[in-house]
Amino acid sequence: KSFYDCELTFLTKQEILLAHKRFTELVAKEDRNDPSPRVPMSKILTLPELKSNPFRKRICHVFSTSESKDGSLTFEDFLDLLSAFSDSATLEIKSHYAFRIFDFDDDGTLDRGDLEKLVNCLTGETDDTRLTPEEMKQLINNILEESDIDKDGTVNLSEFQHVISRSPDFVSSFKIVL
Amino acid sequence: GPEVDMHCNTARRGNSNSRSGSKVKEEKPKKGQARRSKAKEKKKVLREQCEEECRQDEEAPKCSKNHRNEKAKTEERGDFKRKTKDSCDEERNHISSDSSSESEELSADEEESQEEKDVLTQEELEKLKEAVEEKKKLIANLRGKPWPMSKKLVTLRESQEFVEKYEGALGKGKGRKLYAYKVMMMKKWMKFQRDFENFRTACIPWEMKIKEIESHFGSSVASYFIFLRWMYGMNMILFGLTFGLVMVPEALMGRPYGSMPRKTVPRSEQAGAMDFAVLWDFGGYAQYSVLFYGYYNNQRAIGWLKFRMPLSYFLVGVGTVAYSYMVVIRTMARNANRDGGGDDTSFNFSWKMFTSWDYLIGNPETADNKFASITTSFKESIVEEQESHKDENIHLTRFLRVLANFLVLCCLAGSGYLIYFVVRRSQKFALEGLENYGWWERNEVNMVMSLLGMFCPMLFDVISSLENYHPRIALQWQLGRIFALFLGNLYTFIIALMDEINLKRREEEVVKYNMTVWQASLYNGTVDDNSTTSTIPVDPADVPRGPCWETMVGQEFVRLIVSDTMTTYITLLIGDFLRAVFVRFFNYCWCWDLEYGFPSYSEFDVSGNVLGLIFNQGMIWMGAFYAPCLPALNVLRLHVSMYLQCWAVMCCNVPQERVFKASGSNNFYMAMLLVILFLSTLPAIYTIVSIPPSFDCGPFSGKKRMYDVIQETLENDFPLWFGKVFSYASNPGLVLPFILVMILAIYYLQSTSKTYKAANMDLKKKLQTRQVQGW
Repeated sequence: KSFYDCELTFLTKQEILLAHKRFTELVAKEDRNDPSPRVPMSKILTLPELKSNPFRKRICHVFSTSESKDGSLTFEDFLDLLSAFSDSATLEIKSHYAFRIFDFDDDGTLDRGDLEKLVNCLTGETDDTRLTPEEMKQLINNILEESDIDKDGTVNLSEFQHVISRSPDFVSSFKIVL
Repeated sequence: GPEVDMHCNTARRGNSNSRSGSKVKEEKPKKGQARRSKAKEKKKVLREQCEEECRQDEEAPKCSKNHRNEKAKTEERGDFKRKTKDSCDEERNHISSDSSSESEELSADEEESQEEKDVLTQEELEKLKEAVEEKKKLIANLRGKPWPMSKKLVTLRESQEFVEKYEGALGKGKGRKLYAYKVMMMKKWMKFQRDFENFRTACIPWEMKIKEIESHFGSSVASYFIFLRWMYGMNMILFGLTFGLVMVPEALMGRPYGSMPRKTVPRSEQAGAMDFAVLWDFGGYAQYSVLFYGYYNNQRAIGWLKFRMPLSYFLVGVGTVAYSYMVVIRTMARNANRDGGGDDTSFNFSWKMFTSWDYLIGNPETADNKFASITTSFKESIVEEQESHKDENIHLTRFLRVLANFLVLCCLAGSGYLIYFVVRRSQKFALEGLENYGWWERNEVNMVMSLLGMFCPMLFDVISSLENYHPRIALQWQLGRIFALFLGNLYTFIIALMDEINLKRREEEVVKYNMTVWQASLYNGTVDDNSTTSTIPVDPADVPRGPCWETMVGQEFVRLIVSDTMTTYITLLIGDFLRAVFVRFFNYCWCWDLEYGFPSYSEFDVSGNVLGLIFNQGMIWMGAFYAPCLPALNVLRLHVSMYLQCWAVMCCNVPQERVFKASGSNNFYMAMLLVILFLSTLPAIYTIVSIPPSFDCGPFSGKKRMYDVIQETLENDFPLWFGKVFSYASNPGLVLPFILVMILAIYYLQSTSKTYKAANMDLKKKLQTRQVQGW
């Protein structure tokens, strides 16, 4: 099985084995005998690599393949996650998943609501670090002016990828390693 | 989707070819039940496959009925490249029509036409090969597709099955064995490559340490350690070259210690030659060993291997520089490729929004810092955007900036003069004999240089507060000034060294004269015989020595590097560790909060450390020709630095408040490294080309210039025509046009790159205006 995983992900064999070890630690005892156990989102969020990430819930939702959309991950989903965030993943795959992570309402575009939620995630939870409504409006206007090429008020995937491909920091910061 | 259509296409192709394949096997086409039933089975399987795939693609319309000859016609046309849903429908139609209207198949003319097509034509073979190649490419690129794992697995299995099935079919006919063998070797090679990649990533040293630092401090601090590791790799290669090709042959095959005057400690120094203080200073036994230039003999070939020592010494010196250039430029090119467009300021806000979070951060404290810095940066940019036109009191700002630059220039001039003064003083001390002076006088030069390197940057920091620049620009000015400081210091040091070299060369004349006098005094009393009788045994330690400026230069560099390293480590221990201990333990009994106010824990100074690393490497490059031990010393130093600094960072430092980006600086540091490489090889090249080597030490003693060894090798070791070719090639009439052609090529490439950039901007503008106008 890990032979296939090597072909299908950007991870090396050691990384896949380490991921398997960390994943099985999270699996509940009663699910241990399940051939493809599913770990609920609350347990995934206890991983130290994700604990401090402001987008942790979105990451779980994007990579989850559960029908109930509860953000739970199987091991395959977990590998998908690590592969997209690995060092050797391509820019296309990273930007694709970044777009889906930032799309809070899952409608395929980043509209004002998504961008507002994004800014609030980035500025932290406490009140004294949040931006005032005027600053928020100004910021989102600036962003849309820069990235929205077809001026429809939203940023779609190709516009997002165009912006991201010019950025020198994206690939190196969009990384999670176990 | 396209992959579904591809499946249908290839399935269809496979269908026809499998039929033809099965036909080819049976030479005499049996118009019997067996063939038809086999074909029917295959068609059923393919039909099910095709239907399932089309079912996955929900937009596929229902299949309508069509005649089978349509399909036959399309096959004849050979139009396999159509990837439309129609072809998929046709496939299904044909298969369904096949199974339903079987009786029609039995008509003779159809069978005949089928026979014609069943022979595996070259065209169909090519097309099948293409299909297989496409499938292979799909398998190779599968990891880059943003699909969930289950879909990827299904696609992988199907593609692999297809490839395996039809690769066998492809191999029929002539060349089948070769093809199968090729396929097997390909598979083994891919597996080997994968295993090798896995092994290589496992071999990278310190990976876990750096990952830990990344999660605590973010990518900018980690970038320093990654840079350190890269330097360590490069120095290992340099060490391998100097150690393996210079030091080891001399140690194994050269004449041993004590056999020649140049290889022995002189009688006058033998008393203190083993003292630790002398050895630490690289005098005594350390000086007269393979570590320095002076030990090497100018014998043309040594040992039973006839190893050409002087040639090897020269070529290793040139080779280390060439290798360093190659590696630095290659890394720069790779970084430039990865960074893409370079500094585009048209997406400031979007980048801040989408790329500012560092996903490697795993520590809540760092995360909080990062949140705060992101918020500040948002607020700053909003304010900046609003106030970009407002510029109050521009004259005062300008005056202050000019004043600041003037102060900085004064600092630089002052430090340059100080170093020059100190080096001249040390020469004076050396002339009067070092024993009369204490430790400070002996190490004055090195200590002054290290102290200047420590305190001047702080001074520049204070001065730059006058200038009121944006923090990013202020950092660039700071880095530029520290660079100028280090460079100035280094070059002043070299100029002072040149004075010493000239002094030593004048001394040579005197010593030569003294030696003839001394030799005459030896024979004083024996019969004056002009033939070869010099059998008076003289202990090599007693022979008067010529001065050896090369060893002196090597020693100076080694001492400089050792003292620099010591200063760095001691500042680390005192500035970081003791400070952290003080803040931690005295916080309980102090008036104000030590952790938040002054002095608090220190932050890791990325740029300062990187600059220090780059300048140390510059000194290595400068001195490596005269002291082959320098790369070895550097490897040791980097190894210790890695562990010490990793420990210090995790133990005593706190994450930075302003979390700076690492990547933009990457190529900046590489560019600085390239400049330093160029500037540090210049003095070495100058000394090699213009100063005659000492007559009494080193592998080039007795020659007029060091590079004469090349000429000598060409004359003696290579056949005659080689020497002629070389002399033609080095003819100025050939070299000048070559240089001209290179300059023209550079100019041409530069102008094409400019036109590409302009075309790029043009297209971008067009795209934007097009989109705004609306489709």
